[in-house]
Amino acid sequence: MPIQIIVQKCTGCTLCVKVCPFDAIRIMDAPRLIGSAGVPPSAAKKAVIDFNKCTLCGACVDACKFKAVLLDKTTPAAGKIDISGYKGVWVFAEQKKGKVQSVVYELLGKARDLARDLSTDVSAVLIGDRLEEEIQELIWRGADKVYVVEKRELANFLDEPYTNILVELIKKYKPEVVLCGATSLGRSLISRVAIKIYCGLTADCTGLDIDKEKKLLLQTRPAFGGNIMATIISPNYRPQMATVRHKVFPESTSDMKRKGKVIRENFEGAAIQSRTKLLDIIDEIESTVNLSEADIIVSGGRGMGGPENFKMLEVLAQVLGGAVGSSRAAVDSGWMPYSHQVGQTGRTVSPKIYIACGISGQIQHLVGMQSAKIIIAINKDPDAPIFKVATYGIVGDLFKIIPALTKQFKEILKK
Amino acid sequence: MNIIVCIKQVPETTDVRINPETNTLIREGVKSIINPFDIYAIEEGVRLKEKFGGKAIVITMGPPQADAALREAISMGIDEGILISDRAFAGSDTWATSYTLASAIKKIGVFDVIICGKQASDGDTAQVGPGISAHLDIPQVTYVKKIEEVKEKSMRVERMTEEGFEVLETPLPALLTVVKEINQPRLPSLKGMMRAKQAKITQWTAKDIEAEPNHIGLAGSPTQVVKIFTPPARSGGQMLQGEPAEIAEKLVSLIKDALH
Repeated sequence: MPIQIIVQKCTGCTLCVKVCPFDAIRIMDAPRLIGSAGVPPSAAKKAVIDFNKCTLCGACVDACKFKAVLLDKTTPAAGKIDISGYKGVWVFAEQKKGKVQSVVYELLGKARDLARDLSTDVSAVLIGDRLEEEIQELIWRGADKVYVVEKRELANFLDEPYTNILVELIKKYKPEVVLCGATSLGRSLISRVAIKIYCGLTADCTGLDIDKEKKLLLQTRPAFGGNIMATIISPNYRPQMATVRHKVFPESTSDMKRKGKVIRENFEGAAIQSRTKLLDIIDEIESTVNLSEADIIVSGGRGMGGPENFKMLEVLAQVLGGAVGSSRAAVDSGWMPYSHQVGQTGRTVSPKIYIACGISGQIQHLVGMQSAKIIIAINKDPDAPIFKVATYGIVGDLFKIIPALTKQFKEILKK
Repeated sequence: MNIIVCIKQVPETTDVRINPETNTLIREGVKSIINPFDIYAIEEGVRLKEKFGGKAIVITMGPPQADAALREAISMGIDEGILISDRAFAGSDTWATSYTLASAIKKIGVFDVIICGKQASDGDTAQVGPGISAHLDIPQVTYVKKIEEVKEKSMRVERMTEEGFEVLETPLPALLTVVKEINQPRLPSLKGMMRAKQAKITQWTAKDIEAEPNHIGLAGSPTQVVKIFTPPARSGGQMLQGEPAEIAEKLVSLIKDALH
């Protein structure tokens, strides 16, 4: 194994045991050392790694004050790929029905920061059909170049042709960073692209920065439902690819003075063939606002008492221009459709404001919404775990508080 | 119909607690379970087998203790379990993991459909499913919420999107990742549990699946973790008290700046 404990340096202090996210380290007696000259009995306790659990994450290496954990991260790939030829930051410009998705503008803003630190430029890749206006908007929002592939057959997303095209463009133009929205479309596409190219891909980054010395993309993401954060790099492979969820970064503003270059690429034949055929696209009318894109979400749980009471949340959401979410309990009771479920088995959201009504706040729900900027919790149980994450907590009868809130918001928003 | 279900053993996240003094995860005594999303994949695999005949195999890459996850899948009606386990797999990222699983699937040989959960609850990447289909160069449909129709050489499915769903037809063999809405998983039957207990789990090493040493484990993984840290815990905020109207007024004035 590329990781080992240097027994001579290990003091058995347990620091590594405490930081190991995988419970892979135990302190055990090292019988051979007991009684050795100069080794006090207390020092005979040593860290032992369980290789079946260890994922080589390196948390223990950083934690050890005695430099007793050795992790060899040199891989055979080092130097295999000439990374110096890769330049530029790319954003995959996801479009649906000819409309570029808002997450793309959020990524363009971040891409500009990264490009500045890398002294390079920003490009958007737009695949679809009849996208003239969108090309202009991408430039206004921060793209120095827009690679455009337009074809009737490409109007709607399909895994295979979109993968083929993105792979070919990456091979041809060699960007050093590729960013993509962590949407259902983006995740399906970019995972496939990363395999075909053989490069690193980090999902759901909440932080993207540049190590200015090494010119590396530092990708920070939550794991274990946000209980730990990991910073990930991909030093020996290019491009360095990352997905980012909606609302993690602010949208870049549109500057109509910005100029950019449009590069059109044409693909024919096998590259645009799809074995999978799209037969129909059905938009569910009841979800008027896309939950992942909503700035404000009003969510209801078991405390709502029944499906009829969700009307109250809809009214409040409407006043606020937000969407209605739901806990798993309310979905399982048949009060709300699954598409509204927030949490581990539903959607992960990070709106500006999340209003949790009658939701107790089980960990599975919290992992889906705790990155919201402001959390407001209304619950009759003062001990409900939701209050532990709430920015503002209200203990009381939601059937009285929600109408009062709706009235107040209406007044201030003059609706 | 030959079905392969890919599963992962994960820590039961409900048990993940933070030690308030050290601000680190308490992992001791945390139970390992089948990734909650994979349960739907298992159920769908069993249903396809029951309806169309054939065989359903469950595979996992993991440490020897992942044997328990395979047996649980068998107790729900899966026919066979294969454990892909080797210390050489340690440190695998999603590239190396999907390569490893794809190599094992190549060794299995014949299959019509591969089913995965939409993502694992510990990593949440949703990358391994599409990764496997990319390695095998077969079509994929992610976030499947319903299998509408199965024909001899194709399948019509509904794929969940942010706005609703799409209806897609894919030739077989194909890979599907499934969401919770697809079914209501069964509980293991007593007979199933007996069978699971006695089942022989096949074990494959890196050599058995003829994996390229440079493509597995840490060596085969393009990404590296450089730092792991615990985020500052979100502490409870301000409690608002008073009559509903009073509370509403207070709250609205506190958050009105965020409304625009």
